[in-house]
Amino acid sequence: MERDWGVAGSGQYQLSELQNIEAQSIHIIREVAAEFERPVLLFSGGKDSVVMLRLAQKAFWPGRIPFPVMHIDTGHNFTEVLEFRDRCVTEIGATLVVASVQHSIDSGRVAEEAGPNPSRNRLQTRTLLDAINEHRFDAVFGGARRDEEKARAKERVFSFRDEFGQWDPKNQRPELWSLFNGRHRSGEHIRVFPLSDWTELDIWQYVVEEQIDLPSIYFSHRRHVFRRDGMLLAVGPHVSPRDDEETFEATVRYRTVGDMTCTGAVESSASSAEDIVIEVAASRLTERGATRADDRVSEAAMEDRKREGYF
Amino acid sequence: MELLRLATAGSVDDGKSTLIGRLLFDSKAIFEDQLESVERVSRQRGDEYTDLALLTDGLRAEREQGITIDVAYRYFATPARKFIIADTPGHIQYTRNMVTGNSNADLTIVLVDARKGIVEQTRRHAFLASLLRVPHILLCVNKMDLVGYDRDVFESLREEFAAFASRLDVADLSFIPISALQGDNVVQRSVNMPWYEGASLLHHLEQVYISSDRNLIDPRLPVQWVIRPQAASRLDYRGYAGRVAGGVFRPGDQVMVLPSGLTTTVAGIDTFDGPLDEAFPPMSVTIRLDDDIDISRGDLICRPMNQPTVGQDLDAMVAWMTERPLAPGDFLALKHTTRWVRAVVRDIHYRLDVNTLHRDESATSLALNDVGRVSLRVTQPLYYDSYRRNRQTGSFILAAEDTDVTAGAGMLLGPD
Ligand SMILES: Nc1nc2c(ncn2[C@@H]2O[C@H](COP(=O)(O)OP(=O)(O)O)[C@@H](O)[C@H]2O)c(=O)[nH]1
Ligand SMILES: [Mg+2]
Repeated sequence: MERDWGVAGSGQYQLSELQNIEAQSIHIIREVAAEFERPVLLFSGGKDSVVMLRLAQKAFWPGRIPFPVMHIDTGHNFTEVLEFRDRCVTEIGATLVVASVQHSIDSGRVAEEAGPNPSRNRLQTRTLLDAINEHRFDAVFGGARRDEEKARAKERVFSFRDEFGQWDPKNQRPELWSLFNGRHRSGEHIRVFPLSDWTELDIWQYVVEEQIDLPSIYFSHRRHVFRRDGMLLAVGPHVSPRDDEETFEATVRYRTVGDMTCTGAVESSASSAEDIVIEVAASRLTERGATRADDRVSEAAMEDRKREGYF
Repeated sequence: MELLRLATAGSVDDGKSTLIGRLLFDSKAIFEDQLESVERVSRQRGDEYTDLALLTDGLRAEREQGITIDVAYRYFATPARKFIIADTPGHIQYTRNMVTGNSNADLTIVLVDARKGIVEQTRRHAFLASLLRVPHILLCVNKMDLVGYDRDVFESLREEFAAFASRLDVADLSFIPISALQGDNVVQRSVNMPWYEGASLLHHLEQVYISSDRNLIDPRLPVQWVIRPQAASRLDYRGYAGRVAGGVFRPGDQVMVLPSGLTTTVAGIDTFDGPLDEAFPPMSVTIRLDDDIDISRGDLICRPMNQPTVGQDLDAMVAWMTERPLAPGDFLALKHTTRWVRAVVRDIHYRLDVNTLHRDESATSLALNDVGRVSLRVTQPLYYDSYRRNRQTGSFILAAEDTDVTAGAGMLLGPD
């Protein structure tokens, strides 16, 4: 498909909103590649990381992406997403590093939560920080967007982390224009968020325009689910309903793909990215509000996790 | 769809966060779960009404203290435009966060409390917005509900602010009387102020003309990264990747590369989406050149007939943003376009008093939140334009060499 670059030539030289944020994201990614020794891109197979990977491809085309991608595998991931992850990475010829929460548990770095359906969401932080140390990564690209959550809304594009991987929201570096400051000492690192200015709707419109492939669970399908805390959880190897929770089959899709134990499905018949654009535009709930138990712990759950070094 | 970046400014409690909350709420950009969470927190705190400021004051400390500490970014769209809003803090000790939020803005909303009028922070923020050359400044006289929607209050504040602003460099200045709390003139025109005949805030934001705000005259491409694919099919490929910082580039254009001064022609402009006939700001592209010349990150592609200033002695307005003062003899790391160099402070010419705009020439240093005119010498020549002419090639940041923190922001002065 021939791309329409705004109205170049007509004397207006105006980019569309998506082209504008795309150009900024590419700029950010190139700055990191140029200024850091060992960047890595966090890739989960979720829509944001898939878009981020596409932007990285664009930034260096026709060259290859000059850094590896890393997945923090909780061991509770959807099979469809893992398969998609591997296919994607092979297709573009990137190097994949997998850091496993199971491994962190087995080696005694963290302990599994007690209870019948333990979530490994919080444990991921240790695995992530250990992997950053082990590989001496100095810049870590994350696909977080500021529209997702109120603590994320406060974060810089280049977000400094101390030697403990901590974020200090009350003392962030000023960040002016597009002049990013990635200076740090050994042991410290910078989290970089190229999708800061993208909204959920932007992501889906981009998926449509760019014809980007996504894991099948984003699109409507039939699944055995049960209701917990107002969310629809899928019945699977790591999640099972309690006696008082009734299982039923429903037509659902996922708005975010995270850990199976804390990511809920939404009832939806949207079977294409075009359908989803329409659905998202009309939605009255944020994607995390609709589907993530990990944010429901307290008002500041995300801020607290981020301070500890979470994504 | 067009994109408009806007930022708030003004003193503490003048209603910036409430206004953004109201704008989002009345334009139906708030999601139910966000609203429920804000209602719950408001109830728990014992507020009399739902505090819409909580929509942007998202940090634990902000909610506990009822203030804004750092910039919050919010997003919403109408059929006309997409908006990126930076809601900034009003406290003087968080000025650097206000500057962060305003540095990329197309438009700054300066808020004033109708009862308190124009105070030092109003002037400081309006001055900073003009220093950053935000093209559009909109003064919103807020809390009109508390002054009986009195026209005279609005008119006299408008005159007072216009008199102050006439001494600043403001391209476009507008005024709206509002009540952020009640919603008057935010999305809908107010029935309480029939004497006001202008547009509502949202209507103004949808209409304001922004396409003339970029430099399309001086072709500038700071090289970010050299693309050399290690693939057999493209062994000879050499592309210079970067973001167009000014002007328009076309294949066939004669260009000059700095610092070498060598000239060649543009062989092609590449993107993942195919070749381009034209590249303009703020596109991220890759340029191929006809001749094989040595180019690396930090070099600049321009036109032989339109070159930037090249020099090691810089004269700039500097906003200082860290506790340790800036003084002659200090060494700092300086980032300009895609380059880091070392800089030494030669002289502090004056410090500006934000209230009177008086130049204090006896100043020997700049303290936290001061703005002044500074000369610097850098280790290698920079290729720059005045900030007035080009925000990208005319700006730099300063970082402390020991702590790495971003300590200052510089806007280069030049012949124009
Ligand atoms: N009566 C009235 N109160 C307002 C109005 N706008 C804001 N406030 C109140 O002023 C206080 C400070 O508002 P806030 O938005 O936090 O100010 P900020 O510091 O500029 O962000 C809060 O108690 C608001 O409810 C208004 O238009 N009318
Ligand atoms: Mg505020």
